[in-house]
Amino acid sequence: MTAVLDAPGAVSEDIAPRHVPASAETTLRLRGTSGLGLGIAVSWLSVLVLIPLAAVVAKSTGGGWSGFWHDVTTPGAWQALRLTLLCSLGVSVVNAVMGTLIAWVLVRDRFRGRRLLEIVIDIPFALPTIVAGLVLLVLYGPTTPVGINLLGTQRGVFFALLFVTLPFVVRTVQPVLLNLDTEAEEAAASLGAPPATTFRRIVLPVLLPAIASGTALAFARAMGEFGSMLLISGGLDRTRVSSMYIFQQIENFDYASAAAVATVLLVVSLIVLLLLDVLQRWAARRG
Amino acid sequence: MRGLAIGYVSVVVLLPLIVICWRVVEQGAAQFWDAISSAQAVKAFELTGIVTVAAVAINTVFGVGVAILLARYRFPGKRALGALIDLSISVSPIVVGLALVLVYGPYNGWFGKPLHDGGFDVIYAVPGMILATAFVSLPLVVREVVPVLEDEGIEQEQAAQMLGANALQRFRRITLPTIKWALAYGVVLSIARAIGEFGAVKVVSGDISGAGQTQTATLLVDERVEQLEPGSYQVSLVLIVVAVIAIVVVSFIRPKESA
Repeated sequence: MTAVLDAPGAVSEDIAPRHVPASAETTLRLRGTSGLGLGIAVSWLSVLVLIPLAAVVAKSTGGGWSGFWHDVTTPGAWQALRLTLLCSLGVSVVNAVMGTLIAWVLVRDRFRGRRLLEIVIDIPFALPTIVAGLVLLVLYGPTTPVGINLLGTQRGVFFALLFVTLPFVVRTVQPVLLNLDTEAEEAAASLGAPPATTFRRIVLPVLLPAIASGTALAFARAMGEFGSMLLISGGLDRTRVSSMYIFQQIENFDYASAAAVATVLLVVSLIVLLLLDVLQRWAARRG
Repeated sequence: MRGLAIGYVSVVVLLPLIVICWRVVEQGAAQFWDAISSAQAVKAFELTGIVTVAAVAINTVFGVGVAILLARYRFPGKRALGALIDLSISVSPIVVGLALVLVYGPYNGWFGKPLHDGGFDVIYAVPGMILATAFVSLPLVVREVVPVLEDEGIEQEQAAQMLGANALQRFRRITLPTIKWALAYGVVLSIARAIGEFGAVKVVSGDISGAGQTQTATLLVDERVEQLEPGSYQVSLVLIVVAVIAIVVVSFIRPKESA
């Protein structure tokens, strides 16, 4: 599950709480056993995450800065990065709007089938991405019963990214909306503000940090998506996103150029993490 | 608004899912059984099971340990540790695969070559698949457990300590009951993520079918689609059912924690 998986709303703040000041009453000093535990944890993280990611960066710059630049700017790599970036940005915008709207409907609207809608929204998190690609092609592929064939099209890439990123904004905005007091809205309405104005002036400012966080998570996810891209792209050049490019270079044993594009994706992931950290401080200051 | 939300979710997610279920039904029970009971499919499910159990077990032990360290102790590099754990889930799975091959690859990996010469293969074998799966689901348990530990505080544990309980007793009697629902939630998320992992496992497993198969269930779906062989819908349906079960289980666990 790619993340109930990339469980939104539960980002770095949960792991390294900055808002709680470390004081003698709430935290302890490391001693024998706990120190040993930390040693084991750090060793495991190094072996599993840190050293392998360092190897990617090392490999990409093995031929010097110019080698890295050359690998990233070859037409294939450059086009793939460009397509990935543009599609991810576009998908993020759609998610920011539709995700907020869906969260609004889930929280404020009461209707039959709401429970089903809740479950369906989480499916893209839990579904293997290769299955996501196949599921989309069954309806919007060569054997389409509705006359829409997205196989091997950039629209298909865009649509598949919409599928896999659907839950992020919904799931980050929903809890904020649930906790939102309706008094201010009622006051605005009773003073004659039309619903659109109430939403824009009262609700939207409160939701903004959550919308931004969810959008950033969706963007990061779209940038790295692979499984669904493999099927929907049809293996064509014009639909080749960065992860597909990296995969093809790995298959050709051209690890240096795979690592170069991978390093770009890693840097994007890091930037998004930093951005999320800033957004959470912003939200914490407001809340 | 309601219509727009339902319409969007239907077009993007629900209708495609309904159509694939319908296709499986259309092709019949015999076809379904054949597709999921072939030797290749059985082996694929078995591999998915082994990799999932191993990776989730590792992440559960690691996750609880790290969560206690992050929530209870102060030490230099704490934020870096949290950031590194967060990073692991936002990295593209294909990058994870590449990273592991570069370090553990049998012919020129930093550690992989000496290990290979010593007769132990990581890449193109089950250990690498476990590493890849553990990597992509690393923060799921930690993220759920840390906030619960923080909310709970340490008074109870300190009291137990003063009354003479040792570390293991304190963990079993106080910490574990406190975190059990968050832990269960994190574990279910990890299981679903592990079963569904595709990109990283595709790279590190070498996607071998036949003798010495390293092909998991998700890789089998891919092969059947790309080779235009029948059976991809049926294996997919099994994975869809597992995913939906995971979501429903999670939706029952979740309210107990945070409603």
